[in-house]
Amino acid sequence: MDLDVLLLSRFQFALTIMFHYIFPPLTIGLGAALVVMETTYMVTKDPQYRAMAKFWTKIFAINFALGVATGIVMEFQFGTNWATYSRYVGDVFGSALAAEGIFAFFLESGFLAVLVFGWDRVSDRMHFFSTIMVAIGATFSAVWIVVANSWQQTPAGFHIVGEGLFARAEITDFWAMVFNPSSVHRLVHTLIGAYILGGFLLMSISAYYMLKDRHVAFGRKTFFLGLIFATVFSFAAPITGHYQAVTVSKTQPAKLAAFEGHYETGAGGTALTVAGIVDEDAGKVRYAIALPGMLSWLVYGDASKPVTGLDAFPENDRPPVAASFYTYHLMVGLGAFFALLCVVAWFFFWRRTLFTTRWLLWVFVFAVLGPMIANQVGWVAAEVGRQPWIVYGLLRTSDALSKAVRGGEVLFSIVLFTVIYLFLLFLWFSVLNQKIKHGPEDEMSEVDPKKRRWSWIDAAVLLSAPDGASLTGAKSPGGGSPAGDGRSSDQEVR
Amino acid sequence: MDLNVLWFGLLGVLLSGYAILDGFDLGVGMLHLRARTDTERRVFMNSIGPLWDGNEVWLVTFGGALFAAFPHAYATAFSAFYVPFMVLLFALIFRAVSMEFRSKRTSPAWRRGFDTAFFASSALATFLFGVAVGNSMMGLPIGADMEFQGGLFDLLRPYGLLVGALAVTTFLMHGSIYLYLKTDGELQARIYGWMKRAFFAFLTAYAVVTIVTLFAIPHAVRNFTEFPWAWVVVILNALAIANIPRAIVQGRPLYAFVSSSCTIAALIFLFGMALFPNLIYSTLDPEWSLTIYNAASSQKTLGIMRTIAVMGMPFVLAYTIVIYWTFRGKVELGKFSY
Repeated sequence: MDLDVLLLSRFQFALTIMFHYIFPPLTIGLGAALVVMETTYMVTKDPQYRAMAKFWTKIFAINFALGVATGIVMEFQFGTNWATYSRYVGDVFGSALAAEGIFAFFLESGFLAVLVFGWDRVSDRMHFFSTIMVAIGATFSAVWIVVANSWQQTPAGFHIVGEGLFARAEITDFWAMVFNPSSVHRLVHTLIGAYILGGFLLMSISAYYMLKDRHVAFGRKTFFLGLIFATVFSFAAPITGHYQAVTVSKTQPAKLAAFEGHYETGAGGTALTVAGIVDEDAGKVRYAIALPGMLSWLVYGDASKPVTGLDAFPENDRPPVAASFYTYHLMVGLGAFFALLCVVAWFFFWRRTLFTTRWLLWVFVFAVLGPMIANQVGWVAAEVGRQPWIVYGLLRTSDALSKAVRGGEVLFSIVLFTVIYLFLLFLWFSVLNQKIKHGPEDEMSEVDPKKRRWSWIDAAVLLSAPDGASLTGAKSPGGGSPAGDGRSSDQEVR
Repeated sequence: MDLNVLWFGLLGVLLSGYAILDGFDLGVGMLHLRARTDTERRVFMNSIGPLWDGNEVWLVTFGGALFAAFPHAYATAFSAFYVPFMVLLFALIFRAVSMEFRSKRTSPAWRRGFDTAFFASSALATFLFGVAVGNSMMGLPIGADMEFQGGLFDLLRPYGLLVGALAVTTFLMHGSIYLYLKTDGELQARIYGWMKRAFFAFLTAYAVVTIVTLFAIPHAVRNFTEFPWAWVVVILNALAIANIPRAIVQGRPLYAFVSSSCTIAALIFLFGMALFPNLIYSTLDPEWSLTIYNAASSQKTLGIMRTIAVMGMPFVLAYTIVIYWTFRGKVELGKFSY
């Protein structure tokens, strides 16, 4: 049987990286959220926020473990499946990976131990410090891997040494490699994507508690924090996305053309296609809804200057258009949806009905899937749009494979990964489900109501929910003391 | 200093760090099914609970450093060991998952399943590490193009399997000493017996591997004529091995643990001596071997990485010490335990 090693290896990479990438954005986003919760605790000394952080740490730990387990696969895979690529980029890519190991992974995994197991063993201050270190570590690991990826998109600070089989890229300028034209925008956009996910995850689970009338006080405060988080980053995302697209227009024009389904350069301004159906054979977008001149205006600030279309590139240098177009548009559409949803939530917050509008809470329960999908398809667009190159303009994906590996071996590993990942997915769902259903009861029940302190979060939540603590109309804490409020809102019906 | 030699040495340090640290938690995993009750099993898992993840990072960093410093060796070795490494990944994933998920539910079937998976994945991973080392000692059929010319069966030679057995016994010994340090009472008394038996198993495997190496792999010992000082390590290794049973009998398990850590470091050193200056020895023609020169990154990259390592290593050591200090002492099961 003759198997296509290239196709199988690409499929395997897509499978393993997409499965892995479920987890890092969750840990980056939740890591930042944990820092916010513990900061609130350190500032207000209100033990509720310590309890909140404890509960979310459990969710964080599950995702972190899966992120680590699936992440090792990625490091192995460059060598196992893409040996020629590894030889080609090792000199450039390797130092970023080594920096990632030394600066990020040790930091993360070391302090994770204190974050998860250290609540009773170390002081509040040391725990707070460890949480910050884990969050920084998670961010650092994003830094180096995104730098390496960006170098593949927009290589800089290198020269080519050797010929034919032994040609490879070698660093000439380390900082030019690190700050290559696309790395900063890509990094910021990637992190923002993770923070949006973190915010929406907080809102999803706390909306669920509010709907089920459990842990309502916990749910409202968490939801409020999540909403602030999600709003800030949902509005930041399109700004960074815009700068990224402008960079792409300069560095990878074929990719931008594929994102936009822009086949013919033509004369005059280029329209921005909002939606449509790509017909690759005919080389056009059918049923297109387009804004005339808009793409030119976004890219050049000049609505009449044409943007380079796919017709400027030979057939074998063009990325697959349909896959790039749909994934890119899905990401953009979802991004707009997040911002809109946050605005709607603030509107209801202002109307003081955010926490009692059931349909909206249900929307938020499921809205967390949006950022998950957006993070995935955003990367699919970035990677598919780079094709047919693995290192843009230098090395083709088809030339990057391991020469020693046979199709049957790759098929074997794909089957293995599919089985393991299905099993992991099942475990992940079942344990998360169990943790969420169980809720923050144990943590919240430890909170001594006498030690509760008011903070602006309590004030804001109470202001926007005049009905008091629970959805079923349990009576408002009214003019009780802060401690009294703590008691009535924390110890709620199961 | 020659940067290529420096990075060969640093890779040795990373590999030793990995083998010493993850060695004991892999050992604990292999002993897991010998714990009788659910509480004992939780004690076992929690003895390594906060640490195993950081220990595995040494492997990840070793891989990253190999990729960065010697990309050709990384590419050739990883594509040559394709199937064993995929199985290794499978084992490492299952190990992580078993620890994380075992105690998340109370169902006996759920726990039993993960207990078995934890044991099997620890044993499989250890064995495969040994097989990989054994194969590197023997050399691989590498062509003039630096590519592996063999197939899966070239990796299943008896010597590789023998080194796999040495790895298993070494980590069993190392892990049982660690467990002895972390437990008390009746459980600790039982572990005392395991330690002794594991030591003799290790000693047997070590002797057999040494003899077979001397006879079957001549290129593995030729460096001793060029670098006679390396005999010092051989002697120190023998002393460290001899000190393990002595410290156990004297009731000083921490010394025994330090000695077994030194033994592991010495074994990695000998592995390095067997290879140097090769990274992957070609059995087809020694001229085609991947060496620390022809497989390396540019001098510039090796220099940048030296800076990164000099900056990063003090931090790594500092937090490793802080974490081990925070979680020192006997295992106590609490709310946050697995």
